[in-house]
Amino acid sequence: MERRGRAVIDPKVRQVGFVTPGEGTDLINLAIPLEQGANSPSPVLIPPVRINDGASVAPAKAAPMPVPSPTSRRHPTVDVNLPLGSYNPADSVLGSSNTPSSGKAGSHGESLRSSATFIELQSETSDYPTVGSGTIAPVLITEKGPPPPLHIPPGGSSPLTPMNVQADKGKSQKVGLDEKAKEGKTKSLKERTSKAERRAAQEAQRAAKKAAEESGGSKPTKGDVGGTGASQKDSKASKGTHQKTNSAERRTSSSGKPADKGQEKEKKKDVPAPRMQFDDAERVAKAKKRSLVEQTETKNRVELFRHLPQFVHGTQLPSLESKFFQDESMHPHPAIYKVGLQYLTGDLVGGNARCVAMLMAFREMIQDYSTPPEKIFVRDLTQKINSHVSFLNTCRPLAISMGNAIKFLKTRVVNLAEELSEAEAKASLIAEIDRFIQEKILYADKEIVKHAVQKIRDGDVCLTYGSSCVVEMILLKAHEMGKKFRVVVVDSRPKLEGKRLLKRLLSEGLDCTYTYINAMSYIMQEVTRVFLGAASVLANGTVYSRVGTASVAMVAHAFSVPVMICCETYKFHERVQLDSITANELGNPDALVKVWGRRDLTDLEGWSPEDKHLQLLNLTYDATPSDYVAMVITELGMVPPSSVPVILREYRRELPG
Amino acid sequence: MRRSPFLLFDPSLDNSSSRADSEEGGMAVNNVQTESSPFYDERMGLNSNLLTGPVTFEWLSQAEDARLNGSSDAFQPFLDKAAQSAEAAMNGDHASSRFSVINEFNIWRQKPELAEAVAAIKALTCVIRRSEATTMMGLEIELKKAAETLKMWDKTSISLSAGCDLFMRYVTRTSALEYEDISAGKSRLIERGEKFGEISLKARQTIANLGQEFVYDGSLILTHGYSRVVLALLKLAASQGKRFQVVCTEGRPDNTGLEMAKELMGAKIPMMLILDAGVANMMGQIDMVLLGAEGVVESGGVINHIGTYQTALVARSMNKPVYVAAESYKFARLFPLDQMDMSPTPRIVDLAVPAQEENIKIQTSERDYTPPQYLTLLFTDLGILTPSAVSDELIQLYL
Repeated sequence: MERRGRAVIDPKVRQVGFVTPGEGTDLINLAIPLEQGANSPSPVLIPPVRINDGASVAPAKAAPMPVPSPTSRRHPTVDVNLPLGSYNPADSVLGSSNTPSSGKAGSHGESLRSSATFIELQSETSDYPTVGSGTIAPVLITEKGPPPPLHIPPGGSSPLTPMNVQADKGKSQKVGLDEKAKEGKTKSLKERTSKAERRAAQEAQRAAKKAAEESGGSKPTKGDVGGTGASQKDSKASKGTHQKTNSAERRTSSSGKPADKGQEKEKKKDVPAPRMQFDDAERVAKAKKRSLVEQTETKNRVELFRHLPQFVHGTQLPSLESKFFQDESMHPHPAIYKVGLQYLTGDLVGGNARCVAMLMAFREMIQDYSTPPEKIFVRDLTQKINSHVSFLNTCRPLAISMGNAIKFLKTRVVNLAEELSEAEAKASLIAEIDRFIQEKILYADKEIVKHAVQKIRDGDVCLTYGSSCVVEMILLKAHEMGKKFRVVVVDSRPKLEGKRLLKRLLSEGLDCTYTYINAMSYIMQEVTRVFLGAASVLANGTVYSRVGTASVAMVAHAFSVPVMICCETYKFHERVQLDSITANELGNPDALVKVWGRRDLTDLEGWSPEDKHLQLLNLTYDATPSDYVAMVITELGMVPPSSVPVILREYRRELPG
Repeated sequence: MRRSPFLLFDPSLDNSSSRADSEEGGMAVNNVQTESSPFYDERMGLNSNLLTGPVTFEWLSQAEDARLNGSSDAFQPFLDKAAQSAEAAMNGDHASSRFSVINEFNIWRQKPELAEAVAAIKALTCVIRRSEATTMMGLEIELKKAAETLKMWDKTSISLSAGCDLFMRYVTRTSALEYEDISAGKSRLIERGEKFGEISLKARQTIANLGQEFVYDGSLILTHGYSRVVLALLKLAASQGKRFQVVCTEGRPDNTGLEMAKELMGAKIPMMLILDAGVANMMGQIDMVLLGAEGVVESGGVINHIGTYQTALVARSMNKPVYVAAESYKFARLFPLDQMDMSPTPRIVDLAVPAQEENIKIQTSERDYTPPQYLTLLFTDLGILTPSAVSDELIQLYL
């Protein structure tokens, strides 16, 4: 793994405080997801009591959690109810401090710088001068230049070798720091202080900072710093700096004492990245202020799912329009805006379609982009992308696959060769986006079809659930090849996506059976193959897909019918998930109220979200355990679900290359 | 209307009309009948001559002779003929060089200790040696052709195609390194091919070393079919003074179990023969099941002599460990979903039904697929693997 790939560290050393969020983010994004999954002791802590009054009031009361002590304010929820293993698509996509700052880009760098200076001042005037200078030098350096791991390709942090990765990181860090220290970048290198002293100094600094910065202190203990750098959606810019400082400090300390490395590594991984918890009133309020889309929260908050974003859909349009025209700096590129609205209204559904549309919009955005005066192309663009992503995310939470695509795009932006002119850089980015769409999506689909078709024989009865475009291609291709088989399309309310699929299949002349998921256990007797699509396949082989997939897979397994998941590898994610609670998306509860074609079923109509005795839950995704999956068909071939981490390990290197 | 898949696809229960249907459709299982490989055409011709009546001792001894002598003299002409016809079919345009990769392959194959995959690689190495190509690209194309010929010649052999694939993979990787100098590239490939033979011999030794640890004093081991690796493992364990007993199945239809038993007798390992149908009967007393494999597939399951699946099933239901000993060159990028889904076509079995009762339907596969959940561990030269690690190795190897 080429962690020291970039030789441009030196010129950047001078740019104190201009660390673009994007760059910092990338490091974070790379490192965090695996930590999130791998180390979460329990994915969710179920709140013991059901609080009803919380439903009608604000989310403030929705979280019946003990008030976090001031020291732990930075991650108030970490110890309390944070579903540690959970995943917020926004997190992998958005930078630590940049997301909320959509439109506030200017102040961002400012605050970064000011806090950096603050540290410097502090070190000079602090009560621990000898110690301080020893520690502070590396701190500042890391603050200034993007530290080497920034350029780690996502392949860097393999889920299977986290230890190596960490060790590498430590090493490279150490080398870089030592060199720079020798250059006399800061004060002269005084005699190395002992571990304990340095640590004490860091603690003290942090404490001082906490006092100075009202915005929030960090946890005093080292282990708790782990959340550092995490892509915390709503942390303020200054907080972001703070986090970075912490991480810098931590790295410093780890590089300072190689003997302790192992220990440090463990600590580092202790706490996964915090993510937006929508039952945290304070943060939700902050995020809301910043958001372009006006989000009316549902009053209907279902127990166990309070941490997910839950908003009323469909009412945002007017306010969105007014905001769009009122604030020049705030409005997104028209292409992005259009795609966002399509997400919002539900006109654009399906993992691949959404992802392609998003990439095309970004392509257009990059085409129209020109660097504002006194800005640096790479950094400003990264920031732009971030704010656009956060806009899209408020329209509809991004899917995991889209998160991966954005991660790819941002890596490419950061890795652009510096000598390229703006036009060249833009051209190369556009080419990269095109290549991604071609290779990872379109070509991948073709390959999957090629593999999967082999598994359909004459006389088969293939079952599919909902509407997956890959599965549709497979069935059509098999039909085209003249195979004689029958298709069972299983559908479910409220989306009834299967109807469209059914129509298309019928128009091609396939023999179909259409049924609802209720009839699964009956229809499965005659089925010989189950083909399913997926929104994502996670590192433990769990398939994350439209709700109902798990039931289909389980019934199929019970009847010993092989379940084949068709999924492109760009949708793979190194997170681990065991249930459908920690990360999910809530659909519109009103969709459950009306039954299509049954006017007489009015029992739920006029339901009130205020009703303490009624909660409507419309989930979008669920998690299928790997036990029920016979194989995952990817463009790389047919593999068992246990090989998903292998593919992640072997192929992530490729992504940034 | 309910159509049970089980009824639909069991060839033994099908009536002839539906069978004809499936043949038309080119189902994998029945491919043999429509486009059988030359090797099997010949072999089937041979067998049908022998098998005009019920099984006799005469036939058994003949078959045994044939087996023990490897490709015996009686068999050789057929092989040669098959080779020639395949050759003619495959590269009619290739007449300039009268070297036949199949002949070469057969020469290597006759060496008793050489596995099929290794023989294939040796034969391909010879192709490199004789090649007159002036570029690596040209060499690669030539090799590809030869590998295809080999694969076509015996389409049913998993280890043969796995061996070819493996070597081709190596060649493409080497040429990817862009050897400017063809002779350097060539000699490197040849060297690699030579090495492979040694590795394969060593592989068996490595596996025996690793696996013998699992054999303990007083254990009763069940084997099924004939496997050189299992034999090496057991012999090694015996030579180390471990006292254990082996139960061999009969190994119908080609009585490979008998052969195994003979070898074990020769090594003075106490053994017992049982019927294939007696596996469940014996299983209660068995301590472990030790199997070989024809091919190890992507899922970590194995394709092996028929009866392996049921043995593993019975063992699992009685909570006995099932170990599979297989060299890593048997790893193949296949992924059968079930028994009917094995893409290199299963070999045809003759059950020696008397001629007058020809309209009896016969189940014809000679091997089966054991899914990974019934296997405990795989002893390979890469180490002792869980079934799920196979895919890991394969992905690293081929992608």
